[in-house]
Amino acid sequence: MSSPQHTNTPAQKHSSTRTLQHTTALQRGNEERFVTEKIHVSTTINGEAVEFLCDARQSLLELLRDGLSLTGCKEGCNNGNCGACTVMMNHLPVNSCCVLAVEAEDAEIETVEGIAAQGQLHPVQQCFLQGAALQCGICTPGFIVTVKALLEQNPHPTEQEIRFALAGNLCRCTGYDKIIRSVQAAAEILQEAKS
Amino acid sequence: MATGNGSGWQVRHWTHRFFTITTITTGAGAFALQNFQYAAPTTVDDAIQALSEHGEQAKMLAGGTDIIVQLREGMCEADAVIDIKRIEELMQLEYSSRVGLQLGAGVPCWKIYQHAELSVAYPALVDATRIIGGWQIQSRASVGGNLCNASPAADTIPTLIAHNAVCHIAGPQGRRSLPVEQFCAAPGRNILQPGEILVALTFPPPLPKASSAYERFIPRNEMDIAAAGAASWVQLDDTGERIVKARIALGAVAPTPIFAQEASSWLVGQPVNDETFVEAGEIAKKVASPIDDMRGTREYRVHLVGVLTKRTLAKATHRAQAE
Repeated sequence: MSSPQHTNTPAQKHSSTRTLQHTTALQRGNEERFVTEKIHVSTTINGEAVEFLCDARQSLLELLRDGLSLTGCKEGCNNGNCGACTVMMNHLPVNSCCVLAVEAEDAEIETVEGIAAQGQLHPVQQCFLQGAALQCGICTPGFIVTVKALLEQNPHPTEQEIRFALAGNLCRCTGYDKIIRSVQAAAEILQEAKS
Repeated sequence: MATGNGSGWQVRHWTHRFFTITTITTGAGAFALQNFQYAAPTTVDDAIQALSEHGEQAKMLAGGTDIIVQLREGMCEADAVIDIKRIEELMQLEYSSRVGLQLGAGVPCWKIYQHAELSVAYPALVDATRIIGGWQIQSRASVGGNLCNASPAADTIPTLIAHNAVCHIAGPQGRRSLPVEQFCAAPGRNILQPGEILVALTFPPPLPKASSAYERFIPRNEMDIAAAGAASWVQLDDTGERIVKARIALGAVAPTPIFAQEASSWLVGQPVNDETFVEAGEIAKKVASPIDDMRGTREYRVHLVGVLTKRTLAKATHRAQAE
């Protein structure tokens, strides 16, 4: 089949930055055929050019966590309901469990690891901490990514708009109120920083 | 996911989910997708070629919010996944008030609701794209994919029917077009023949004094599959007091989304008032043949058809009068 961008040929290129021979399938033992056909992907993750080899079947979530050790994004439901695996892809929040790693070719990916600049927490992260907007914390990275995207798009969201934008992020601990208040607090801080 | 095989045809889904949960204890990686070949063709012809090579074992990938989950959970199998997002024709969104809307099959929901002119020209479509899943889903999920999945509860399909959209299909035999209400065949089944792909949907240009609306009922506030849905399109006369033409379509109350023909025809010439909307809802109920499931009983769903038809007619009329 003719497909200029991606074919299941073994990777020819050598990575200039960070090449990863993914071996999870091997370690799992029983699925040897996965080893044979790796796809080479060039992408940008948190501003850094990254190249990796992956199986067609691997989700972006699997690749980020198991392959690149970016374990900030979490596997919750693994079917697109909970939002714990939210990352930014080409400036839009997506469920990384519902994206194939090969689809990251030429894309810009931003994970929760890229949000704190030089060890300085982003106001959204700071407000989640101060507002105790988490208990177990599994959903938090997904919330942080979505909230940051929301406040960039809509710096003064109403409570209704916040709840609507966060409908795809589920939290089973806090009951959401502290999360909403923390988003409102972050919106204020970001506004003050601007003025 | 929220765009998925909904409304009562979920039993297998739940059974299967239970199955996967039990099998994960037998060996790591039970949740992993089976491997497949991946291709990202850049032309329609190459996509058809790839489809023809793999036959039934090839699956098309647009937003992936349904197909990736279905593959992972074993609801379907694929030797090859063909990503259509690098085909320009399938990613095009072109609108002009003179020609109408051409919507490539892979265009994601967010591109529709963030388009200022479309919310005036095709408000029912915009209503639906705003409430499919959450933001993360809307970033990826496409209207074409929603249609091809042919879920009885798909949110966009009633709006496509109400807006009189046409499907444009390409295959080894060439191209063909057909009205969108003829596209779905059964829950999860469409009329695409082997080797065929949905290329685009076209919508007629918006008419003066016309508007539309979509509403659904779900047991939760957001992120759920419709228990019932209704899309209404109306055109009013110059005074804005009488209906000239109407198209009502219903979701989640039959094996496929359906066009409520009798109710739509009855509305022609009727005055704009609550009695008219209530009566249209009563007539629309006659074509509903829903099932019982966890989202609602048959009786409840039929009741919802009346309520949602009435509300969407009122909203569409209000929007048309505001023009």
